[in-house]
Amino acid sequence: MSIVVRNVSKRFGIFQALDDVSLDVEGGALTALLGPSGSGKSTLLRIIAGLEWPDAGEIQLAGEDATALSTQQRGVGFVFQHYAAFKHMSVRENIAFGLKVRKRPKEEIRSRVNDLLALVQLQGFGDRYPAQLSGGQRQRMALARALAPEPRVLLLDEPFGALDARVRAELRGWLRRLHDETHTTTVFVTHDQEEAMDVADEVVVMNRGRVEQVAPPRELYDAPANEFVMSFVGRANRIGNTWVRPHDLEVVLEPNGSTREAQVERVVHLGFEVRAELVRDDGEQLAVQLTRDQAAALELARGQIVYVRPTRETVF
Amino acid sequence: MNVRRFLLRFTALGYLLLVLLGPLAMVFVRAFDQGAGALWRTLSDPNTVHAFELTTVIAGITVPLNTVFGVVCALAIVRRRFPGAGLVNALVDLPLAISPVVVGLSLFLLYGRTGWFGPWFERHGTQILFALPSMVIATIFVSLPFVAREVVPTLREIGDEQEQAARTLGASGWQTFWRITLPSIRWAVVYGVVLTTARCLGEYGAVAVVSGNLEGKTQTATLRVQDAYENFNQAGAYGVALVLAAMSVVVLVAMTLVKPREESV
Repeated sequence: MSIVVRNVSKRFGIFQALDDVSLDVEGGALTALLGPSGSGKSTLLRIIAGLEWPDAGEIQLAGEDATALSTQQRGVGFVFQHYAAFKHMSVRENIAFGLKVRKRPKEEIRSRVNDLLALVQLQGFGDRYPAQLSGGQRQRMALARALAPEPRVLLLDEPFGALDARVRAELRGWLRRLHDETHTTTVFVTHDQEEAMDVADEVVVMNRGRVEQVAPPRELYDAPANEFVMSFVGRANRIGNTWVRPHDLEVVLEPNGSTREAQVERVVHLGFEVRAELVRDDGEQLAVQLTRDQAAALELARGQIVYVRPTRETVF
Repeated sequence: MNVRRFLLRFTALGYLLLVLLGPLAMVFVRAFDQGAGALWRTLSDPNTVHAFELTTVIAGITVPLNTVFGVVCALAIVRRRFPGAGLVNALVDLPLAISPVVVGLSLFLLYGRTGWFGPWFERHGTQILFALPSMVIATIFVSLPFVAREVVPTLREIGDEQEQAARTLGASGWQTFWRITLPSIRWAVVYGVVLTTARCLGEYGAVAVVSGNLEGKTQTATLRVQDAYENFNQAGAYGVALVLAAMSVVVLVAMTLVKPREESV
């Protein structure tokens, strides 16, 4: 089911959370809303869900105006950062909630809950209470709960934000697979660019209540629409008016016509790659990213003099 | 370190013993002063029985009303942002700040012969003062804050995410309240009900002013204690007091038993 946001604005007191935002999400897509905190991404998601009302603008779900519909009527599944588990209910009762309030037959609820428990790999945990689950398990339960009434749209608000790195990576892959199986239109909010790039088909970059760019991950990185996207998605050096990615700097030991002299300030070995900070002779700070082999060949060390040359530049 | 801890415990327990358990034990001992027979005679007196019935009836009307009002009020204070929410919050506490006697007097002024509502009720043949209605109104007023005061912090603590989740899952406001909100605040409500009940059973001042204290008619259990005491019927006074205290203790113990140990309100 498609989602259309038209000229939506929202203000909290003097804070402009959303400023005339428009956005089209295709039916069946997996979309990330990416931005720093305070960029309005969560507010936009909550407005789509009907948990927050826009001051101006319109929301369309499946081509129909849904602006005036209550959350209850919108048929969206919502997953909260802090799970919002029903603490007084077992896992099974949590998942069944959306079906129970719709007065579905008992037998149907039972089999649907069983299917969902299997889907989120929580078989055997059905009679536990949320307090007896780990964070990752709780979030999987919350996902199963949101999926139970077969929502037309699945919305996730920083779904993995409260989890540790390993569980987060695991659930990411799992969300991606889930989407590939069900093709439910999915929108998730994140401030983690790697998460957005890893999971989503399409990334919406937001900043200060506005949409900066909507593009597939690769395009976002290779062809950022403006300086904000350039600097927010991936790392970038700004030299005057031009921008250079750290891996688009060539480092050599002997000067040639187009290189500039620079001194090595710091070398960081991350294992899979090597990062170096250089200070060019004109005082510009440069972050450089090298492969292990490149770094080994250069024998980079602090205080060393090298010569750098950008191989690819972007000017806005 | 150990000495200090011992002192702390000793002081706390000693205080409790002196202020709470001492008088209670005294009531117990004195009630049996003239033997169980005398005690039974006092308690089976029709006027005493009536006084207990009256107290029970008043509590039976007041507690449900104030429970519903307290929960609604707490929801309004915590969940709805409206102009004047702060005022409502402060108003709920008013009965705690105002002396019950003043409450009684103000009811007198409202429903009395020359009061604002008094003449209207009189014309329609309803007796408010010196009758059950005024006693119920007075008791409602003095026991108003307890449920709201217990529920408000619990509502704040649980937040509204669970309620939002319920709404996204298709629950109506009513379903959300019954299935999510109420189960989450149930122990606060229970505790509030216990406190309200205890307050209703023990109410004296406001009811004393508006009831007229007519034996066998508008005399509640607490008024009966005072009455008996003033008429040098010490066994009677202690006997009724004993039953009143026992009722409160039963309510408290019942709550402690019902409440699961791991949950804290």
